[in-house]
Amino acid sequence: MSDFEAILKAYEKSGGNPEFLKSPKMASLVISGNKVLGVNRIPGLSVTAESLPDGVQVHLTIEPGTKVELPVHLCFGVIPAEGVQRILSDFEIGEGASVSFMAHCTFPNAVKVQHIMEGTIHVGKNATMRYDETHYHGETGGVVVLPKAQVVVDEGGRYYSGFNLSKGRVGKMEFDYVVDVAADGVAELVARAMGYGDDEIIVRETIRLNGKNARGLAKSRVAVREHAHSEVIGITEGNAPAARGHMDCVEIVRDEAVANAMPIVHVTNPQAQVTHEAAIGTVDKKELETLMSRGLDEEAAVDIIVRGMLGE
Amino acid sequence: MPSEDIVLKIVDLCLTRDEREILRGVTLSLERGKVHALLGLNGSGKSTLAYTLMGSAGYKPDSGEVWLDGEEITSLDIAERGKRGLTLAWQEPARFEGLTVSRYIGLGMSRPDIGRVREALDAVALNPALYLTRFVDDSLSGGERKRVELAAIYAMRPKVAILDEPDSGIDAMTLSDIGRLIHRLAEEGTTVLLISHRNEVVEIADLASLVCEGRVMATGDPTIVCDTYSRWCRPCELPQAVESEADYERL
Repeated sequence: MSDFEAILKAYEKSGGNPEFLKSPKMASLVISGNKVLGVNRIPGLSVTAESLPDGVQVHLTIEPGTKVELPVHLCFGVIPAEGVQRILSDFEIGEGASVSFMAHCTFPNAVKVQHIMEGTIHVGKNATMRYDETHYHGETGGVVVLPKAQVVVDEGGRYYSGFNLSKGRVGKMEFDYVVDVAADGVAELVARAMGYGDDEIIVRETIRLNGKNARGLAKSRVAVREHAHSEVIGITEGNAPAARGHMDCVEIVRDEAVANAMPIVHVTNPQAQVTHEAAIGTVDKKELETLMSRGLDEEAAVDIIVRGMLGE
Repeated sequence: MPSEDIVLKIVDLCLTRDEREILRGVTLSLERGKVHALLGLNGSGKSTLAYTLMGSAGYKPDSGEVWLDGEEITSLDIAERGKRGLTLAWQEPARFEGLTVSRYIGLGMSRPDIGRVREALDAVALNPALYLTRFVDDSLSGGERKRVELAAIYAMRPKVAILDEPDSGIDAMTLSDIGRLIHRLAEEGTTVLLISHRNEVVEIADLASLVCEGRVMATGDPTIVCDTYSRWCRPCELPQAVESEADYERL
């Protein structure tokens, strides 16, 4: 089996459709380990991917005013049991452009794999970018994932990010995103993860609402059981008049697992407002008993509640 | 009355919480396929009785028995009671993030059937085309959530449905709509235990019982029971029973 076939198979396992990576109508990028296996460009979108001695450097640009109709598909993964993948990326979304990305990161055989993503994202004036990322880490827990991004959203720009890791083991994940939002801009970060065994989940989301009327939402949904550990650190700053931010964290804890939440609200402008809510603990009693009163066993009821919360 | 006509039998049920006697020997029999109303002031023990019958955590009776269709279920957990066909519509239904209306209603059905789900939504005046893919979460109003709950009970076809104040918080659905739904349930074989403190709701029932201070004080024709309630029932000085949702959550 070729490297490309192997990564396509893994991509499918993580929920992706391999046909999308073969379609000439859809922009795509396939990286296995630190090797670039495929790039497909479309008008208005340019992408370069260059192999470095210890990783891959990706530059992606959407020309100003370009409306990319079909999602851009990204497939990153490590197929062997051991290895390191390091992707350094910068995304430039031009003024007035709009684009959505569907990224799948897959490590199906991982015993000792490290996946490092270090990215910068610039969402131009009145541009819109959506980035949905789904991970599959196999069943051994031997993955360390370090996604890190610095995002700048210009005036009137919109940035939506969704991160999902709810199938298989997590291993260790440390998610760290910082978003600066200018006037009338919007940032929405949604992270969902489920851990078990001795998995470790750290979600750190910082949104700085720097411009007048900027909006921010940081939402996290985490479920941990057995001996897993989760920590959600949400920081939202209200630094401008009429800036509005909200942090919403739910963590469900079972067995011997431990969950922490640290919402930090920092407001420097008296006309800004930032709110937060956090619920950490066991499954809600009324939700559980409602499903059980319909004849579901406790385990099945908990599974439905947790999977619903994780958006499955 | 022959015993096979009795689907739910409650015998001398007592419950104490926080050193307060909340249920003080409730005895009641529900006839198969009938609507039986429980009427009483706030704090009289109606909702506590509902949670105790359903087997909710924190509502284990001190003494007494609950029988469903000839089987004693007093020691069974909530899921086992649900499997045997006893269910409860909470006064303030839970919300479920990420669960669609369609899936939620289907969960209680032995064989999920989208036709039955649609029929259930129609029965509570919710357009299936608009609601099947909605989520049972905060995006639904309290009234919509309540109607989805009634639809779920209808679709489940339980042997016994305990409806705790089904009329509270429902906006567009009129009392006659609720009455029609409850009678449809009964016509399809479900026995309904209807809890309310409003006369006009209780008058929907075939039979009514007046609950006061954790006891059934009278059972009979709903009109007569409602008349007794209106004439004589006043809030008393005794400690309140567990009636609020906050109390339920605490327990």
